[in-house]
Amino acid sequence: MSMPFYVAPEQMMKDRADYARKGIARGRALIGAVYETGILLCAENPSRSLHKVSEIYDRIAFAGVGKYNEFDQLRVAGIRHADTKGFAYARDDVDARSLANLYAQYLGQVFTHEVKPLEVEILVAELGTAGKEAQLFHILYDGTVVDEQKFAVIGGDSDTIAERFEGSYREVRGLQETLQACVAALGGEDYPLVYQDLEVAVLEESGERRTFRRIVSGELQSLLGEVD
Amino acid sequence: MALPLFDVVRDPGPDFVGLLGLLDESGTRGGQPQGASSPVGGVPHGTTIAAARFRDGVVIAGDRRATEGNIIANRTIEKVFPADRFSAVAIAGAAGPAIEMVRLFQVQLEHYEKVEGSVLSLEGKANQLAQMIRGNLGMAMQGLAVVPLFAGWDLHRSQGRIFTYDIAGGKYEEEAFAATGSGGRDARATLRLGFRPGMSRDDMVRLVTKALFEAAQEDSATGGPDLLRGIFPVIGVIDESGYQRVADEELIELARELETELTTRRHPE
Repeated sequence: MSMPFYVAPEQMMKDRADYARKGIARGRALIGAVYETGILLCAENPSRSLHKVSEIYDRIAFAGVGKYNEFDQLRVAGIRHADTKGFAYARDDVDARSLANLYAQYLGQVFTHEVKPLEVEILVAELGTAGKEAQLFHILYDGTVVDEQKFAVIGGDSDTIAERFEGSYREVRGLQETLQACVAALGGEDYPLVYQDLEVAVLEESGERRTFRRIVSGELQSLLGEVD
Repeated sequence: MALPLFDVVRDPGPDFVGLLGLLDESGTRGGQPQGASSPVGGVPHGTTIAAARFRDGVVIAGDRRATEGNIIANRTIEKVFPADRFSAVAIAGAAGPAIEMVRLFQVQLEHYEKVEGSVLSLEGKANQLAQMIRGNLGMAMQGLAVVPLFAGWDLHRSQGRIFTYDIAGGKYEEEAFAATGSGGRDARATLRLGFRPGMSRDDMVRLVTKALFEAAQEDSATGGPDLLRGIFPVIGVIDESGYQRVADEELIELARELETELTTRRHPE
């Protein structure tokens, strides 16, 4: 019987983390930011049909970067979890925290036990209510959960973008200013983004049960201050 | 609870009912009631519902009474529910299973929309409801039949459409109007006499209110407008801007009109 080569656990984890990080860094970044009346999710995504940002439930949105098929599978699982929970109990019982925990458990499980870790980083955002603040859960490829208060940047070159964004970010302000700050931070000085490069959605109170809304073409252009 | 992930062959896709089936199988969710083994009596039943097309869409309505045999079980039950932005279901029959079916139907439509990123066609929604009614056939045979009406705005054809069902899940499209439940016959007669193609929204709301009123005159299980208690039928209007419930203020006016009509019938000038 042949003996398998011994690989130190530290080395194995490091290799996997490097692999996942490389995959994620190849993709474009995304910012989730809390503003005056809601949460903005702004991604650099030239595709109109392959979404990075989507609706999970009445007050919960999902955003993912990295390998599309992998985070899309997580998105669908999230919708399934939320809809079954809301159906079995009540709509108010569906919350982002328990969903974030499930994602974290699954990503952690895959990271340590499967051949290949998932090359994704995801964000679960929940709109606040009168007694509860807005929440942003940032979940990494290895199952690490970070609970962000104001904003989160995920995906390629996120550190640089976060630095740029932090400088211009103040919490209490409107959608337009927050969006413009996001776009400036995502692009940087030498790589200005236009509306065709962006996928934008918000969680915002509108009197309806479902608070998720995509901001597209005309509305997006006018918010960005671009004129036809 | 674990994250509901499935391998490619077993994946239920955008089907919420299929998903519930899979979760039941794996024991992660409580089982569904299997249905009683003997005929069930004394369950609240919803009564009269109606729908009619007008120029810019469709009106769907239901009275507010539920009965258990000769007893009024509930005076304020609602039988008209928006299924999503552009469609609504009205229910007649055993109230419990019917309301549960509507809840499931609502989630099914929203689930599809979120998973697929696009909305089902009106025909697709109507077929989904037919499948759910067929799934209830066992219960229907034990006396817990659910007979809904489905109406909505067809975004592809830009028109309002109405679908009726039988207890076995047969689906039939109606050209002009439909009414079902214990007072359905009387409501249908009123609609037949008053219906004109291309009526305005206000005229159609008035006609449908009258149809429910006439049904309540003849059928003891149907509740009429109740000015004393402030109970009015639920009437929804669906047009190109979506579902909207008619406000009680408008229905009070219509109820007063009917009252005046009755009074003049008794005391002609």
